[in-house]
Amino acid sequence: MTSTTTWRYRGDVAARAVAAIGGGYVLTSIVIALLALALPLPRADAVTIATLLSFVVYTCVILWVFATRSAARAWVGVAACSAVLGALLWAWQGGAGSVA
Amino acid sequence: MKDGLRQSMAWVHTWAGLLVCWLLLLVFMGGSAAYYKHEITFWMKPELHKAADAPSTVTPAAAATLAVRELQQLAPKANAWFLDLPHERNPLIYASWTNPPKKGMTREERRAAFRTQNVTLDPMTGEKTAAPRDTRGGEFLYRLHFDLYYMSAIWGRWIVGVAAMFMLVAIVSGVITHKRIFKDFFTFRPRKGQRSWLDAHNVTAVLALPFHLMITYTGLVTLMFMYMPSPTKALYGAEQNTMFAEVFPNAERVKPAKQFAPLADIAPMLLQAERAWGQAPTRIVLTHPNDASARIVLHRPAGQQLSNIEPTMTFDGASGALLSGPKPMSATLDARGAIYGLHVAHFADALLRALFFVCGLAGTAMVATGALLWGVKERQKYAKVVAKGGRVGFGVRLVDALNIGAIAGLPIAFAAYFWANRLLPVEMASRSNAEANCFFIAWGIAAVLAQIRPTRGMWRIQLTAGAVLFAGLPLLNALTTATHLGVTLFGGPGLRPVAAFDIVVLLLGALLGWAAWWLGKPKKAAAARQPARASTARDDAVIDPKPMEAA
Repeated sequence: MTSTTTWRYRGDVAARAVAAIGGGYVLTSIVIALLALALPLPRADAVTIATLLSFVVYTCVILWVFATRSAARAWVGVAACSAVLGALLWAWQGGAGSVA
Repeated sequence: MKDGLRQSMAWVHTWAGLLVCWLLLLVFMGGSAAYYKHEITFWMKPELHKAADAPSTVTPAAAATLAVRELQQLAPKANAWFLDLPHERNPLIYASWTNPPKKGMTREERRAAFRTQNVTLDPMTGEKTAAPRDTRGGEFLYRLHFDLYYMSAIWGRWIVGVAAMFMLVAIVSGVITHKRIFKDFFTFRPRKGQRSWLDAHNVTAVLALPFHLMITYTGLVTLMFMYMPSPTKALYGAEQNTMFAEVFPNAERVKPAKQFAPLADIAPMLLQAERAWGQAPTRIVLTHPNDASARIVLHRPAGQQLSNIEPTMTFDGASGALLSGPKPMSATLDARGAIYGLHVAHFADALLRALFFVCGLAGTAMVATGALLWGVKERQKYAKVVAKGGRVGFGVRLVDALNIGAIAGLPIAFAAYFWANRLLPVEMASRSNAEANCFFIAWGIAAVLAQIRPTRGMWRIQLTAGAVLFAGLPLLNALTTATHLGVTLFGGPGLRPVAAFDIVVLLLGALLGWAAWWLGKPKKAAAARQPARASTARDDAVIDPKPMEAA
């Protein structure tokens, strides 16, 4: 509409929005699942605390994605964190599966 | 993106807020009304007013005894009975029951059957009151604020959840971007166009900021296990029901013994609970009445704790003996109950409840002023274009129209719902649905008219319509019932909710009327002060109604 809204700018916004909403949701889900597993509490308490904190984690991820220098950085950050923590979660649950 | 943390947060604040603001207005208005859902329901069932007018002198134990006697007549073979005894917000006994499900009954049919299986009882006699009209009352507004309507509840909850998450992000980014949050709280510069809208937005947002943050977060928490299922998956796998059973401790489920046993007298149980709690229970659930394994669960009334999960006492229905209740909750589960409890505010007494309601309205005002501010700011970019006889962009026009349809149109919808309650024929088939349809028809008309002509005149027309409809409600009530303000103000405490409803809608009508009048005032003051700026808030609500192409 105005001169500042170039296609480049729009692409940047779209990339960040997807990283924040979709990537942020995935990363949040992984972080709180790990937290639930790690908390040394009865599982009803652990699941409650982890789920209660989910919205705080999600909010922080979303704000970071929009605050960081570039959309590429945002994507790399969200994807790298998700990959590392997701692998950890997968390993942890694989271990838990063999016990159960 | 923009440079600097504050700039990028301002960007996030603007867009996260703008994208969902019209839905948030519905959620905030519906949620604010839901704090008074019992009172609204009572106002919408004028058939009950007469029974409530008689001062109730019976004790809770006597009322429960009468109610049980009546339910023995109405539904002796039910699965469960539910009783709500009179308390300060509810002058009558509400009784309902569930029957054993018949084979092949769909969930919808069971729900429809359950809707017919409830009665209102006169606490003095235990007998049924006059049958109230078919209306969902305040329950409709309460459900609307998180289930929406015309769609499955699950879809509604996800949509509202996404909007709430946007809101949470908008609030936090709004705080970060706001470097003078304390100073701005005391700043209001009226009649200065954009500055005034910004100040109004800041005042309504900052004044009730703890409330906005709390209500948004706790709202997400009410449905958190649905929105964020990954911890449940990690710890419980596919056994979600096991998690619910552990996190939400219910009274244990008992199977019926299929052996007749008369119910023990309920009055001593209530007295025992009253001695233990210092307050008589107001909610009673009886499962398998007249069976050897009958259970009677008494709930402590709200008001002594934040958590919405109140302690209970369970009695053996046949012997009348006190059984051990559910084991006490852990601190974590209690904390979750308190966070949930903060949202629904069952604990709030009259004054605190009024404060929650006012804060909810402040939230509505925050969202509304924020939405208006976007339009005002955005239009400044077109100041030169407009000065040369050009037109503002498509986005500005769309936001203007949506603002009118939501900010001025929604009050019309709420008022239309209450008007429909009094004007639709009492015997009409599926009347409660028709009332809800009236809400959306009125809103739809307002929204469409706003899209056709998003002008300052349209603002005034719709605000005036909302004002007349709201302020006219006490008059409508007087014309269609015997419990008008002249009666309810001087009647017994049972009619106070009716009087309060009439007074509050009158005030809301006055507020809308003031807004309409303010918009219509001659605008010379603002124009004189800022001659250079073509687009201040008040001058510029008028834009070309003709469609314009996006530049």
